[in-house]
Amino acid sequence: MATLYPPPSKRQKLAQAERAREQQELDTIPSDLGSVRVQFYDQSTGQPTGPAVSVPVADANVKNLETLLNTLQGNEDDERVPYRFAYHSEKEGQTIDILRDVYHSLLEPGVKTTEDTVSLFYTPQAVFRVKAVSRCAASIAGHGEAILATSFSPINSSTMVSGSGDNTARVWDCDTGTPQHTLKGHTSWVLAVAYSPNGAMIATGSMDNTVRFWDAKKGTALGGPLKGHSKWITNLAWEPYHIQESGRPRVASASKDSTVRVWDVVSRVIDHVLTGHKSSVTCVRWGGTGKVYTASHDKTIKIWNPKDGTLLQTLSAHAHRVNHLALSTDFALRTSYHDHTGKVPGTEAEKRAAAKKKFEEAATVNNTIVERLVSASDDFTMYLWEPSTSNKPVARMLGHQKEVNHVTFSPDMAYIASAGFDNHVKLWNGRDGKFITTFRGHVGAVYQCCFSADSRMLVSSSKDTTLKIWDVRTGKLRMDLPGHKDEVFAVDWSPDGQKIGSGGKDKQIKIWRN
Amino acid sequence: MPQNEYIERWQKQHGKRLDHDERQRKRQAREGHKQSHDAQNLRGLRAKLYQQQRHKEKIQMKKRIKAQEEKNVKSAAPDEPSKTPLPQYLLDRSQETNAKALSSAIKDKRNEKAAKFAVPLPKVKGISEEEMFKVVNTGKKTHKKSWKRMITKPTFVGNDFTRRPVKYERFIRPMGLRYKKANVTHPELAVTVQLPILSVKKNPQNPLYTQLGVLTKGTIIEVNVSELGLVTTSGKVVWGKWAQVTNTPENDGCVNAVLLV
Repeated sequence: MATLYPPPSKRQKLAQAERAREQQELDTIPSDLGSVRVQFYDQSTGQPTGPAVSVPVADANVKNLETLLNTLQGNEDDERVPYRFAYHSEKEGQTIDILRDVYHSLLEPGVKTTEDTVSLFYTPQAVFRVKAVSRCAASIAGHGEAILATSFSPINSSTMVSGSGDNTARVWDCDTGTPQHTLKGHTSWVLAVAYSPNGAMIATGSMDNTVRFWDAKKGTALGGPLKGHSKWITNLAWEPYHIQESGRPRVASASKDSTVRVWDVVSRVIDHVLTGHKSSVTCVRWGGTGKVYTASHDKTIKIWNPKDGTLLQTLSAHAHRVNHLALSTDFALRTSYHDHTGKVPGTEAEKRAAAKKKFEEAATVNNTIVERLVSASDDFTMYLWEPSTSNKPVARMLGHQKEVNHVTFSPDMAYIASAGFDNHVKLWNGRDGKFITTFRGHVGAVYQCCFSADSRMLVSSSKDTTLKIWDVRTGKLRMDLPGHKDEVFAVDWSPDGQKIGSGGKDKQIKIWRN
Repeated sequence: MPQNEYIERWQKQHGKRLDHDERQRKRQAREGHKQSHDAQNLRGLRAKLYQQQRHKEKIQMKKRIKAQEEKNVKSAAPDEPSKTPLPQYLLDRSQETNAKALSSAIKDKRNEKAAKFAVPLPKVKGISEEEMFKVVNTGKKTHKKSWKRMITKPTFVGNDFTRRPVKYERFIRPMGLRYKKANVTHPELAVTVQLPILSVKKNPQNPLYTQLGVLTKGTIIEVNVSELGLVTTSGKVVWGKWAQVTNTPENDGCVNAVLLV
């Protein structure tokens, strides 16, 4: 006998009609509003582009503005660039993103009227588009224990390195789905792996308190273990390519023993020991302006000068352990002079110049180089910092209901994604830390997340054995990638956007592609 | 709606009395007075029953107090890194004890076809209909035809079961022999958890018993494992899982089962 529901009450009917009406009205722009004057500005320089243009309000959506701006700049059909627009007022200091059209973002809330000239700041979006990864291209057994860390080579998506609980790190050929090299030497779990920015070397940090370096091409060890730490290594960061001394790259390693050590890779000695934290250091980042950022269990974030090993700043606002840090320029620093075209500059000076140019492009806002920092903590919140201007946070990001484990900046710095143990991934505005949306769908704690190179998608790995790909613009689930048989500890999206590599407790590396 | 939840239903439809909370609070505040009064004034069988019940309550109370005290003591045991490899971000966290540890091993086993149909108790002793059913012959007409049966074994009766009119009720499942929960053992983790029964899937004695929800030794039941936190390969939470009854509930007064993995 099927259940027969009673007919809806009058209140229910009214509410439904109301909802239907609202939904319908949302999409329309009134056609009798005439036109609005729009002045475009370049976000990075703050200079106006072209004269103020009169645009009919009914047509002033992002797509049309993009076409208009491309025409103003005289771009040919084949070199058209997609843009993102934001309204910015100097007086009130407020910034509003134009999500769909000018009417709904500015005119309807009453920020501007059709009488005013609207100043729109534009930032170019990635010209290439990463396709959503949809299938498992290879699932490679090899590791004898759980996989704890993965990282793609900055050069392209054909090699990846993974660190595992079986005391080895392995380099994989992702095009054929076969193992390339086994990096044996550590005597305990390999907790951290990092490719050097030029892709020639791999650094690994382990539970056995040592750091090792490997040749990425040949898979051979570059010397023995570097001893110094008295507890396990939690994280590694390479010196960005454009500030490296020629032929003398350096690595910073964070450890449970509450120190950070800066190693000279070639002469294999400790350059500096950065001491000052009172508890385990969880995360280290080497910024493009030549500062080292560290986060620790002692609730603080410290900023160091790696030249002489002095402490520059201490950022304290968190109320519990700081778990993870992300820099707005992370992606630019990681890939240095490599880009999606695959062209590599010939000489070292050119490479350095290319890396420097890429970093400056990424970090320049209004003609100043600004490196923003976001920190995730056990106190369920995140803070957005601008350490170069202030010791105070720019914004506090509230919303997670459990510990926040991982944060990342999108490559174009417009978004921040955070993964928490409350099964949610949350998306925030990278400029002011405003909440944008929550990606719901995981049924277990989310461990890691990673943006695609064009910042249009996000992948997250979870305790519930799945990877999920989210669409950043719509806030919806783009693709569900089941296949792992147990928790997925590590995930990485290759810098060229072709592949995703993931590994976890089921001891298998999985390569996903479109 | 279960048959006995008419008060909840009424409250959902009409709300509570305006002074409901106040009355509850007052009643609770006077609870001690009432108990004292009962203990002093009840006589005979009632006094005996009351003392028995009070005795049990006190045992529970003491247990709870003890557990609470143990919880407050800080253990000085050093936090050893676990034996299984963990990524850096999980290393310094206190490990939640969950029954998930071996789930991948379990899944591997599932893949083997042979293991799929093997159950821990492959054969059980048969139970005759005479033993299972007692003929009810109260009343003149029922006595004449003797068509009514009472089930003498423990049963599981679903939450949404509603009794039929007495005139049409052929099988009676006594209230005292109904079970809602089973003590389910996970064979590989060797942990036992009390879980709600969802349904009876198969009674090896007779398909009719399956229909009636009779719990005998060897019966396959479905239990609600959502609190164990198991997930499928596609990342969905596993809700119901099958288990086999391993004891004779009619003798023991409880249902023990082993999870089929």
